[in-house]
Amino acid sequence: MSRPAEEIKPLAKKKKKAPFNYSPYVRGGKLPHIWCPGCGHGIVLKCLLRAIHTTGLLRDDIAMVSGIGCSSRTPGYVDFNTLHTLHGRALAYATGLKLAKPRLNVIVTTGDGDALAIGGNHFIHACRRNMDMTILVYNNAVYGMTSGQASPTTPPGKISTTSRNGSIEPPFDTCSLARAAGATFVARGTAYHFQELEKVIYEAIMHKGTSVVDIIDACPTYYGRFNKYKSPTEMMEKIEKEGTVSVKQVDKLSPEELEGKLLRGILHKSDRPEYCAEYQKLMTKVQAK
Amino acid sequence: MAGNKKKFIQGNEACTEGALYAGCRFYAGYPITPSTEIMEICGARLPRMGGAFIQMEDEIASICAIVGASLGGLKSMTATSGPGFSLMQEGLGFACMTEVPCVIVNVMRSGPSTGFPTGPSQSDVMQTKWGTHGDHPAIVLTPASVEEIFHETVRAFNLSEIYRTPVILLYDEIIGRMREAVTIPAPGEIEVVARRVPTCSPAEYKPYDAKGGDIAPLASYGDGYRFHVTGLYHAADGFPTNNTQLIEEACIRLLRKVDDNKERIWKNEEYHLDDAEVGIFAYGVSAKSAKFAVKELRKKGIKAGLLRPLTIWPFPDRAVEELAGRVKAIIVPEMNMGQIVYEVERASRGKCEVKGIFRVDTEPIKPVQIIECITGNGLKPSSPGSKMGEMMVERDMLDG
Ligand code: SF4
Repeated sequence: MSRPAEEIKPLAKKKKKAPFNYSPYVRGGKLPHIWCPGCGHGIVLKCLLRAIHTTGLLRDDIAMVSGIGCSSRTPGYVDFNTLHTLHGRALAYATGLKLAKPRLNVIVTTGDGDALAIGGNHFIHACRRNMDMTILVYNNAVYGMTSGQASPTTPPGKISTTSRNGSIEPPFDTCSLARAAGATFVARGTAYHFQELEKVIYEAIMHKGTSVVDIIDACPTYYGRFNKYKSPTEMMEKIEKEGTVSVKQVDKLSPEELEGKLLRGILHKSDRPEYCAEYQKLMTKVQAK
Repeated sequence: MAGNKKKFIQGNEACTEGALYAGCRFYAGYPITPSTEIMEICGARLPRMGGAFIQMEDEIASICAIVGASLGGLKSMTATSGPGFSLMQEGLGFACMTEVPCVIVNVMRSGPSTGFPTGPSQSDVMQTKWGTHGDHPAIVLTPASVEEIFHETVRAFNLSEIYRTPVILLYDEIIGRMREAVTIPAPGEIEVVARRVPTCSPAEYKPYDAKGGDIAPLASYGDGYRFHVTGLYHAADGFPTNNTQLIEEACIRLLRKVDDNKERIWKNEEYHLDDAEVGIFAYGVSAKSAKFAVKELRKKGIKAGLLRPLTIWPFPDRAVEELAGRVKAIIVPEMNMGQIVYEVERASRGKCEVKGIFRVDTEPIKPVQIIECITGNGLKPSSPGSKMGEMMVERDMLDG
């Protein structure tokens, strides 16, 4: 049988896109990073820098603030105004900085332990105030930097050095918490769905108000080893790919199929007065008196 | 002087006046007795002056917010009392480590724990020096009158900018809430120190470069200098280091920048010390009583004098040692169970007797207690709780 003619036609050459140039955003001499091979944080950093590039924001106008933990090391590698603070307190520093200089675009990189345990109070109040900032929660359900203790997002039954027989605590759902506390942009992404993540981070930065992105990524070194995942890839597949469903597919799936899955994508967006804008209005009002 | 304003105000109000005079344009805080008036007045006045005010979720957030704001280029302040000050300790250490100027006011109340919220005390004086972990510099000012609160608040901001370090303004509930006449100087009449900012290019800027002296200029975020700040030990460029030599150098430099300048930071009032045979070392409200006691003792022919530190940390070692060398005894009245008395003992190097008068029933130490301590039973005006004791304090409060 002869082949149809079009099949042997040479494929039209795809226009090659120039590779993304990370170097303007990365601090010379500060790489390699401290993250373990297979850690999801590097992928998050990649998505973050690409998203920032798309926003067109100038490096001078970006302040990146973090707390303590593996995720909180992000600001040290990037060429912005960077502030690496105390465990749990990134949002409090970010709040002061943003109110003092509202023209800065504030991005907070934090982890599940940093944002939701020791920094939980600051987290809910930041969401409530709705000050314009982007909060990226690198959520790997474990304290990586201190070698694998349970965190507020560790699922029940999972092993950590402080839950050797399986955690008996229910986890927080970062997105539900953020939404209930008043955040006006709430989304979830994963390191596995990196293109989606880049878009979600872009939208979060562009949103005027407090944006929270729950980023599911993996800590193979501790969470992975303790919970018998064979490889970082397996973790990504099991936790990030199979454990989540895009909001776009929700309608097509049965309740059984949705059981135990986290939703990905933009989960909530609303319009509420932004804190710094309100403060500006208040100043104008009292000064006119 | 033209432009001066005379006001009859509370100590906490004078603190706010001083802060605004010094250029404070950011306040973050959490309400706590007996410091709340500072927050309330800042909340009302800062927006009118184009400054920022925010009520935070707790004291931890408050100290973090003022450090964030200071990195944004605004002179910033928070005020609190014992329980809140305890919560601020980690943030205080961060400000020391990262060398970010800011002012923290502690209006002391009775402790430990919730203690007696409206009851005055002087029991946080060691905490202001040693409260946060790790070796760190401390500059702590102890005004003793309403007018002095104004001036010491301005000085606190100035020292904070000069030495790139948090400065604590420490006074007790009595001074904080007492009303006295205060002359607010006209703008420009007393010195206000502006932040030293870099003059080099952003590419050359190193936020912790000690080459030009121990204190590097501080750029603001968003002004073109994209620098890194971390609570980890860091090199001159601000990035974390685990080089043991750099760690040692950084720690020593932090302490040295205050220690080498303590003569510029020290400030004492000497009252009838020239011919004194017995000295009193007192700060804050206890110094008010001490001053009154000196007057009374002098009337009786007893040569007493007062050494009153307005800077309690760094501790005025030299002034105390010098005094110890020429008096029979130094009396240290303080509203706690004995804190600064041990510093006085240390600094006097055994050259004279050192005796404390302690009081923790939330009543101020009365002049008569000091008089009795000095005269033994010889003078015997009356017991501390008696009418005469009360009267003396009240008169003293009025004449400052
Ligand atoms: S410990 Fe875990 S979270 Fe931390 S860098 Fe390693 S893999 Fe990533």
